[in-house]
Order: sequence, then structure tokens, then C-alpha cells
Amino acid sequence: MTFDHNAFLIIITGALIAISCGLLGTFLILRRMAMIGDAISHAVLPGIVLAFLFSQQREGIAVIIGAGVLGIIATLIIDYLSTKIKLQHDASIGVTFTWLFAIGIILITLFAGQIDLDQDCVLYGEIAYIPIDLWILPNGTIMGPRVLYVALINVILVIFFIMYLFKELKITSFDAEFASSIGISTGIINLSLMGMVSYTTVSSFEAVGAILVLALLVVPPATAYLLTSNLKRMILYTLIIGVFTSLIGYYVAYYINGSIAGAMAGVSGIFLLFAIIYSNFAKRIIIFSKA
Amino acid sequence: MIVKVTKPVLEIHDLTVSYGKNPILWNIDFSLPHGVLAGIIGPNGAGKSSLIKAIMGLLDVNSGYVRIFDSEMNAVRKKISYVPQRESVDWDFPASALDIVMMGTYHKLGLFKRPGKKEKELAIKCLEKVNMSNFQDRQISELSGGQQQRVFIARALAQEADIYFMDEPFAGVDISTENTIVELLKKMTKDGKTVIVVHHDIHSASRYFNWIIMLNLHLVASGPTDKVLTEELLQKTFGGKLALLSDVGDLIKQKGFDPLKN
Repeated sequence: MTFDHNAFLIIITGALIAISCGLLGTFLILRRMAMIGDAISHAVLPGIVLAFLFSQQREGIAVIIGAGVLGIIATLIIDYLSTKIKLQHDASIGVTFTWLFAIGIILITLFAGQIDLDQDCVLYGEIAYIPIDLWILPNGTIMGPRVLYVALINVILVIFFIMYLFKELKITSFDAEFASSIGISTGIINLSLMGMVSYTTVSSFEAVGAILVLALLVVPPATAYLLTSNLKRMILYTLIIGVFTSLIGYYVAYYINGSIAGAMAGVSGIFLLFAIIYSNFAKRIIIFSKA
Repeated sequence: MIVKVTKPVLEIHDLTVSYGKNPILWNIDFSLPHGVLAGIIGPNGAGKSSLIKAIMGLLDVNSGYVRIFDSEMNAVRKKISYVPQRESVDWDFPASALDIVMMGTYHKLGLFKRPGKKEKELAIKCLEKVNMSNFQDRQISELSGGQQQRVFIARALAQEADIYFMDEPFAGVDISTENTIVELLKKMTKDGKTVIVVHHDIHSASRYFNWIIMLNLHLVASGPTDKVLTEELLQKTFGGKLALLSDVGDLIKQKGFDPLKN
């Protein structure tokens, strides 16, 4: 087993992204909105393209804001279609994100000359490049891998978000009507969660790609959901599973000489499989001992 | 028959609510005195649940207004408790009975603040009041329907409100839970609380409530149980089916027709 500087950077970045996604994904799962993460991650594309056109920077705050705004717009359109127009909720999601994604694609092709946006990079990301993509200050000081900083800022903001709004997120996830009845604005809580999901997916895309972001949003929380019936423990397990997904995924990729993001997503699926086996097994034991 | 009240705790004026394009409540206009245990009765689809949702501000209203303690709803929200239908939530949510009851204390905490020891003690006390202290750490999906309803009632108690709106608290619960809840509600109204309950069983309504609101899209009646619970008003409320049955009864009387003899 090798353990060098580069491996460390890749694993840490993967783990940080797994933590951000896992924290938000826990609440998406509990709100039966796992597919909203998928939808938002596609719907933000026009926001990215427009922000890029205006700011001429692929990295930076403009792209994050563009994506965040589109994520919230997507959420509002989905809400409007399902509650006011009375289209089925899943149909509303399907219509909204494909349409917004299509607009993004059209924008890219329209301004192809002006945009250096690699769609492959958005879809698959390239976590292996993390160590060579450095943040260099204007005076020439090398601060280390840029993406690591991006992931670090993201994880800090997500942790603050979850910590400070934990009670509101919990109550609106369990019983939105009751939450509204005591004066909590369920709409604003929902939109801020979706805003954070948009920000996190965009912030993580270039590092690990859309597929791994989506896997990390859904699979570790789903795994943890099967293992416990306590919300705080579910979050804790999600984080542990996320970190190990990054660690084991990296070495699997190393040994099979394959895609790191792919291996990480694959490992998270294997964790889920173990949880399914365990939770079924545990249930049978309970039934057996009661009989 | 709509009994007007002086100094009402709840006053509803000309309330009309629609779902999509279909109006589900028409011109509802009534008031409630302090300290009653009121039952809202009416057939399925009469708009009973919608009425209390509209009062709580959970549904958009087309016209009319609601005043509680002579104020806007939002100004007195901390004094109002709402118990949704048990089926409206996912009981597989990872939480214990105590976790859910603690949610009843959230409205006093404000944004960013977390419940502490004081809130926990209150929640435990409220679980005791519904005879659920042995289940405080039990995962909510492992509770029976009756126990889940008791958890909801305990959460409402933890709100320490003055007015309680409960949507079908007796639906799908065992008889001992029903009795526990009724006793509790009667005690609450004795202590000066006002309780409004959506209820589907006409037979127990006269025993449980001292005020009845009869609803079938329109308001049919609102008043003290002994004045309002008449055959005529019940027929008006439940319309078709009951009316048909009593017509048959009248026919039998008139013609001396006895189905048992023929």
C-alpha cells in the first residue's frame, strides 16, 4: 500500500466532499427528495454558463452564485408545477431539470467560442488532477491544491448551515405542516437547503464530477438510514461511511488503475449492499428472538 | 342554526377556501366561546380538515378572515397548537417519541437555539400525561397507531398553548387511547383551554363535546351540543344517506310495513 502526499490530498478532498454531500443528503433522503439533488445538479448548468460569460472565470464566486440562483429557480419551478399546476411531483422534477439542462447545453454551443467549458470534466471530474492544480498567490507563493481549499470552505459552510438550522431542518423534514403551524417558514428552509445543495454540487463538480457528487449525496445517507433509527447517529454514520468511501475508493482505483471517482462511487454502492444484508439479517434475528 | 358568541376566542368571518378551482369551503362564519371542547363534524370531503388548516394559515383563503383572541393569527401563533392527522407524516423518520414531543417546545426557542434540559423535562412530563413515559426512547416506527397519536397529543401539550386544533385525533386508535385522550381534553378545557377537534363519529360526538360545529362545504350549525345536535341539523349536514334512511323509516311507519313479517 502506498501512501504519498498526492494520495493524501486526493483522499482528504474526497472525504471533505463526502462530508458536505452526506450532511445535506441526509435531509434530502428524509424529505424524500433524493432525486432533487440529481435535478439541481443538472439544472445549475445555465447558471454556470451565464456566470462564466459575464465573469470570464471558470472558478470563483460568480459561478457559485450563478449556480445557486439557478438551483433555487429550479426548486421554485418544481414547487410551482407540483403544487399550483398539480403536475405529479416526479414529473415536475423530470420536466424542470431536463429543460434547464437543455438551456445550458444550448448556451454552451451558442457561445462555444467564448467558453472553455469541458462537458466531460463536468460529468466525470478529475480528482487525480487535484495535486497539480495549485493555488498560487500573485506574489508567487504556492498555497497548495486549489480544489482542497474550495472543498474546505464548502464543508465549513455546510457544517455551520446544518448546525445552526438543525432543529428547523429536522422539524420541517418530519412534519412540515406542524412546522408551519408554529411559524417556521418551511419554504425558506427548503430553499436554503436547495441553495446549499446547488452550491455544494457546483463546488464539488470540478473536483470529483457530477456522478460522484450525486452518489455521495444519496448513497452514504441511504446506507446510514438502513443502519440506525436515530437522526444524529444517522448523520454520524453517513460521515464515517463517506470518509471510508473516499479512502477505500482511492486504493481500489490505485490497484485496478481505474477512475478514482468511479471507484469511490462504486465503493459507496458496496457499503450500501453490506447495509442491506446487515439490516435484513438484523431484522430476521429480531423476528426469530421474538418468536 | 349558528349561535353567536360575545367575547369569542375564535372568530371566523365569511371564510371561503378553494383547492385548485374547486371551492371546498363556502362563506364559513362562526365564533367560539372560551373554554369549550368543540367537535367539527360532517361527512367525508366536507372540508373539516381544510377548515382548521385554513384557520392555521396553512391554506390560502379566497376571502374572509380569522381572528383569534381578537388578533391576527401570526400575532398569537405561540398560543395556538395544531395537531395534524397522524397519517400526514412519515413514521419511519429516525426519531424517538421524546424527540417528537420536544418539537412542541421549538416555537419558544427561536431561530438557531437548541432545546436544552428545561425543554426535555417538559417533554417528559407531557409524555407522562398521555401515559407514554415508558416509551420515551422508543423509535416512533415501533409504536402502535394509538401510541403515535398519544405522542402527537404530548407534542401539542408541550406547546403549552391556549387553543388546540386537532385533526382526527381518534382516527384509527384503540379504545383505551381514545378514552385517555378524551379525558385529557376534558381536563384541559376545565383548566381554561379551548379545544377544537375534527371528528368523524356522530355517535360519540354528543358524549365528547359541549360545542358542535356541523360542516358540509357550508356551515350548517355551530352551538352548544344540546341545542345543535338535532335530527334535522344532522340530516342537513350529512344529506343524502341519512335522509334516505329516515325517509324509509317514515314510509315504514305510515304504511305499517314490517320487513320482518314479510
